[in-house]
Amino acid sequence: MLGLWVQLSPDRASTVAGKVDHLFYFLIAVSVFFAGLIFTLILVFAVKYRRRPGNEIPPATKDNLMLEILWTAIPAGLTVVIFLWGARLFYHIFTPPTGTIKINVVAKQWMWKIQHPEGKMEIDELHLPLGRPVELNLISEDVIHDFFVPAFRVKHDVLPGRYSVEWFKPTKTGKYHFFCSQYCGTGHSRMVGWVYVMTPRDYQRWLTSGQPTDPLAVTGERLFQRVGCAACHGQESNGRGPSLVGLFGQTVHLQNGRTRLADDDYLRESILRPNAELVEGYQPVMPTFKGILSEEQILELLAYMKSLPPKEGEVQP
Amino acid sequence: MITADAPALPTGAPQLPREHFLNVEYGVKSWLLTTDHKRIALMFLVAVTLFFFLGGAAAALFRLELLTPPGDLVSDHTYNKLFSIHGVTMVWFFLIPSIPAVLGNFLVPMMIGARDLAFPRLNLSSFYLFVIGGLFTLVVMFTGGLDTGWTFYTPYSSMFANTYVIAAVTGIFIAGFSSIFTGLNFIVTIHKMRAPGLTWFRLPLFIWAIYATSVILVLATPVLAITLTLVGVERIFHVGIFDPAIGGDPLLFQHLFWFYSHPAVYIMVLPSMGVVSEVITCFSRKRIFGYHFIAFSSLAIAVIGFLVWGHHMFVSGQSIYAGMVFSMLSFAVAIPSAVKVFNWTATLYRGSVSFETPMLYSLGFIGLFTIGGLTGLFLATLGIDVHVHDTYFVIAHFHYIMVGGAVMGYMSGIHFWWPKMTGRMYPDGWGRLAALIIFIGFNLTFFPQFILGYLGMPRRYHSYPPEFQVLNVMSTAGASILAVGYLLPLVYMLWSLRYGRIAGPNPWRAKGLEWETTSPPPTDNFEKIPTVTEGAYAYPERKETAHG
Repeated sequence: MLGLWVQLSPDRASTVAGKVDHLFYFLIAVSVFFAGLIFTLILVFAVKYRRRPGNEIPPATKDNLMLEILWTAIPAGLTVVIFLWGARLFYHIFTPPTGTIKINVVAKQWMWKIQHPEGKMEIDELHLPLGRPVELNLISEDVIHDFFVPAFRVKHDVLPGRYSVEWFKPTKTGKYHFFCSQYCGTGHSRMVGWVYVMTPRDYQRWLTSGQPTDPLAVTGERLFQRVGCAACHGQESNGRGPSLVGLFGQTVHLQNGRTRLADDDYLRESILRPNAELVEGYQPVMPTFKGILSEEQILELLAYMKSLPPKEGEVQP
Repeated sequence: MITADAPALPTGAPQLPREHFLNVEYGVKSWLLTTDHKRIALMFLVAVTLFFFLGGAAAALFRLELLTPPGDLVSDHTYNKLFSIHGVTMVWFFLIPSIPAVLGNFLVPMMIGARDLAFPRLNLSSFYLFVIGGLFTLVVMFTGGLDTGWTFYTPYSSMFANTYVIAAVTGIFIAGFSSIFTGLNFIVTIHKMRAPGLTWFRLPLFIWAIYATSVILVLATPVLAITLTLVGVERIFHVGIFDPAIGGDPLLFQHLFWFYSHPAVYIMVLPSMGVVSEVITCFSRKRIFGYHFIAFSSLAIAVIGFLVWGHHMFVSGQSIYAGMVFSMLSFAVAIPSAVKVFNWTATLYRGSVSFETPMLYSLGFIGLFTIGGLTGLFLATLGIDVHVHDTYFVIAHFHYIMVGGAVMGYMSGIHFWWPKMTGRMYPDGWGRLAALIIFIGFNLTFFPQFILGYLGMPRRYHSYPPEFQVLNVMSTAGASILAVGYLLPLVYMLWSLRYGRIAGPNPWRAKGLEWETTSPPPTDNFEKIPTVTEGAYAYPERKETAHG
């Protein structure tokens, strides 16, 4: 429209985008109502009761308890509705469904390194199949970053030393911005990229294009042998370290009497700071792999550990 | 009536009093060593005005950079320093001290009928701490800069930034004690030094607001001091408080920082709310509607404001259930603000409303604060915050609160009490013009940013995708209008010091003890301490006839 047209709403390309927009519109309606009410009253009063001859000394008005209760209770009631609506949506946005494609994202000043489960790597780009829920496993090598896709209406901070999860289900093919939205230093505004949502067939074609790659778990197994994990933690280990078969997702008993869920964060910490939370019955003999393994390699090892079958006779908690 | 044995006011054209706090002594020493709360207030006025224009200059530069999508005017590193120094100066060296240290210092003793604050020398030391803290900030600004943002998030600030983080946090640490001393002084003064007959519920609402603010200053500022100290300690000794590689937690910093910095928002806006209550009543010649509700809503804001810090961390990795609790409490803190807005609006009802400069700023405050408050609801709503968090939507929201709210209130107050402070009137026509320019410039600057944020433009971006340009151009255009609006008062206020019309003791025919004495007041404020026999805002009321 005469070149003055400004886009007022971002692309809507995920299952939650529409839900976020609906709540957003509801809030706009509430805001327009209350702002409109206040502005109208101020304008009407300002004109009607402006100072003029005969209105130098205004009549007395009494406080009105009913009014006070009313204009406390109505906004309070309304905020309860908004809160519940928002909290439900929030729970949905941050609770991944089952059956997701799990993609690893490693952030560093100032780039995004992304690896698909099939082993395909990309930088500052994220290719996704249409209609499949995707779970990003996010970690930073340095400061806090944030992975934000406006078209999907989701973001989550990317912390150092701890995995964060963000999920979404793309609903429209196309090319969308993603941004780092947590200030991370000099190149913060360069830390941007594109999400490509493709039909599943195109996605498969993209995955198999270029140099063939091994799945993460396979690379992880090779690494497991190469850096010497297998000596103590392998299937025929010497007993110096606990076997890792079926460990993922189990509850482990620690030396200090506590228990801990063996999740990504625990396994990562045990590689980098082996003695921080030692498993009961073992000596603190494991060396640290800090500075030896990169975040990407740790993710490969985790993929391998998760690929091992559950221990026989044990029930998953 | 308030009975004060003030000297009979002269009739005819008002004259300046023969002796007042400004002419009782001359010379630099008489200012630098003064313990007069009014002189200290004016020294603060000069200092915070300087920082306001420095912070504004930084904003002008980065708004110019944002005129075009690529980063072309300044380097990315410079851009980051500009917004960092803008945030640090505006938050700690303008907004937080602005109303308490300038208007609060000047008015608290006068409004309660006291001759000075409880601890005049502590008050002077508070000024010097502010100056020392400010000097650190100036040194940082002009020698190397700071690129952490005003939020100092770890581990960026503690391990990665290579700018002057330690000097900057030291400056803020020292200035923090200025806040604490000021708050403490106000609390004691308001408790112990009220004039005979001035009961709690006869106090002007400005005093209630300053009291609530002081409670926050005293309770929250030490947490900031500790937090920034930890950042410094971590930077020098690498003890691992915030570094996950050695067992620390970077999110701990955010919890501590926002435990101070969210209540700090109320430090900025509560005093403005106090100003608005004074101004609205005076220019509609009415008692305030719902005195008790406005008074207690200030305290409610001060208390609940301490329990909402986690709403800055909804997408940080904080537990989603913690997020829900913080969301609920954030909605709760919105209610007392809404109650205030309704009561101010109702105060206009059947009033005798006039539109001098202070009133225009106060009406502007109500409008802009309403928009700021309502958009705060968006951010408190969990499902929405996930999308707009850390985007320009947040920038727009908090500028509506801090500039649309706090600064408009400050401008209202400065224009309202200027004749009391200086004895002279500024030209009201120019004042109203400036208020209008500021209102228009402000909305043009910040309203487009709500849309930018919803479209997904992240904050603190030196360059941005081209589709965001139209809205950024609007914003920069607005900022240039805003700059004119802020420079105008600087000119006509300075002009009025010499050429302004003599104001007389009470040019607005306002109620309140500060108007019972001469303008400018004598050093001891009152010849004889007044005795108060009625509540605040006892403007004359017309006896109702059948048709009013």
